[in-house]
Amino acid sequence: MTWILKPETLPEKFVVMFLAILLFAIVMGLVLAIVDRPRLPKWVPVSGYLGPSLLLITFGLLWPGLLTIRSSFYNRTGADFVGLTNYQTIFTDEGFLIVLRNTLAWVVVVPLAATALGLVYAVLVDRTRVEKFAKTLIFLPMAISMVGASIIWKFMYDMKPGKDQIGLLNQVVVWLGGTPQPWLLNPPLNTFMMIIVMIWIQAGFAMTVLSAAIKAIPDETIEAAKMDGAVGVRLFWWVTVPSVRPAIIVVLTTIAMGTLKSFDIVYTMTGGNFDSSIVAQEFYTQSFVQGRPDIGAALAVLLFIMIVPIIVYNVRQMRISEGER
Amino acid sequence: MSDEMRPATTRKLTRREQRQVDAKTRLTSPAASLIAVIIAVFWTVPTAGLLITSFRTQADIRRTGWWTAFAKPDFTIDNYVDTLGTNNLLNSFFNSFIITIPAVVIPIILALLAAYAFAWIDFKGRNLLFAFVFALQVVPIQVTLVPLLTQYVNWGLANTYWTVWLSHTIFGLPLAIFLLHNFMKEIPRSLIEAARVDGAGHVRVFFQVLLPLLVPAIASFAIFQFLWVWNDLLVALTFAAPEYMPIRR
Repeated sequence: MTWILKPETLPEKFVVMFLAILLFAIVMGLVLAIVDRPRLPKWVPVSGYLGPSLLLITFGLLWPGLLTIRSSFYNRTGADFVGLTNYQTIFTDEGFLIVLRNTLAWVVVVPLAATALGLVYAVLVDRTRVEKFAKTLIFLPMAISMVGASIIWKFMYDMKPGKDQIGLLNQVVVWLGGTPQPWLLNPPLNTFMMIIVMIWIQAGFAMTVLSAAIKAIPDETIEAAKMDGAVGVRLFWWVTVPSVRPAIIVVLTTIAMGTLKSFDIVYTMTGGNFDSSIVAQEFYTQSFVQGRPDIGAALAVLLFIMIVPIIVYNVRQMRISEGER
Repeated sequence: MSDEMRPATTRKLTRREQRQVDAKTRLTSPAASLIAVIIAVFWTVPTAGLLITSFRTQADIRRTGWWTAFAKPDFTIDNYVDTLGTNNLLNSFFNSFIITIPAVVIPIILALLAAYAFAWIDFKGRNLLFAFVFALQVVPIQVTLVPLLTQYVNWGLANTYWTVWLSHTIFGLPLAIFLLHNFMKEIPRSLIEAARVDGAGHVRVFFQVLLPLLVPAIASFAIFQFLWVWNDLLVALTFAAPEYMPIRR
């Protein structure tokens, strides 16, 4: 039976894969069959539907999360309780303050810009003849990994002295008669140059989700608005945007979360040097490079605190929409 | 049909035909088209640069910009020959598939069930529990790697596909539940209540009423989850044995 754990040939690997899916289907089928009988108390179906997910999340995310919170209050070896010392270090060190400032810029600019661009583009190409092709172009960066994106943008931002450039941006600057700039070396410009890369990636996600929401707006709504004389920009502001509001909130939230968490772009483009680091990158550096897991843990907790406003806002929106229906 | 004149004899246009009529009118706005084209070009140029670069020689890549290739075309497929000639590329490619398919299917099914409970079963503490699941999206994956790996080793499962599938499932769940819950909430309550009144249990409501309406949402999330797992390196590097590594390495 060892081949189930250690398949060696390709057919064996595929068999194991199908076995895994089949096993999963059987287990879930059994769970559903048990909880779906009538006249059971309500907690039985609830735990049948939610249980498996909650169990996995508790094991894989909550438990490590709690361990992290704990180690943020201990010293680097995890032996002595040090209270808030790690947080104090972060909030008094100038380098860390810059990290916090950069993170704030990322988490505000990326979701807003990516969502706005995705929405405008989705509206502009909606129902045109080239819609599918046009949407593919914007979606493409989404399909490329962030590391791949960083390589791609190297050929945009690269700088060499002299007239011949490898980076397109500097070549344009030279053509316009300027001198090439080291886009990724000077703060705070480097942060914004990397934010552009993230927007470039995330706009495809925003466009896809928002485009689906736009298509779900009933034709009658649009027609009624047109009867009332709403066209162009007015139609966009007063009909389209309010109609897709729930989708906009979802997109903003998802992108904000993704932005806080990922540091692939910073890691590959500047490595967090030149005052361009963000909390997620700094967390990685402190935990795994500098050997300061305590500071790293405190940074992870800060990430968590940063999303509290987003959570509160989402839950409030949920309550409002529940009142409406 | 807005205020434009319509010949009295025409039948009501089907939705598809209406779309085509609209399409013709929409393209006539030059400002809108211009903005769309500018965005499209800006989004495509960087990728086009990489594509062209991939066909250039090493020396050229280091010396000149990729756009100069238009003036002096000197293309080669050496880079591709080199890459494809490397051992195990095909093996890695299949590994990517074997890792990705369960890592997309399993979290989506689990998340659909959880999202159903959050959206359509009233129970105490629902919003609180939802906020909790939602909040766990932000736990950095790096934090979880060491505790998970320790457990996997204890269970004797380390370095197998099973732990990679399990980890991807766990990491994908919060976002999947959040997104699918939002799609599910959009479905009119009357539909679900009508089915409940007819005596349908949760399972029947789920499969017969909700699932057909959710196909587009599920498909779009499946695409994203596929991309995230396919493009992932960290999880596979940590949990999979070298011979099971995906193509990204």
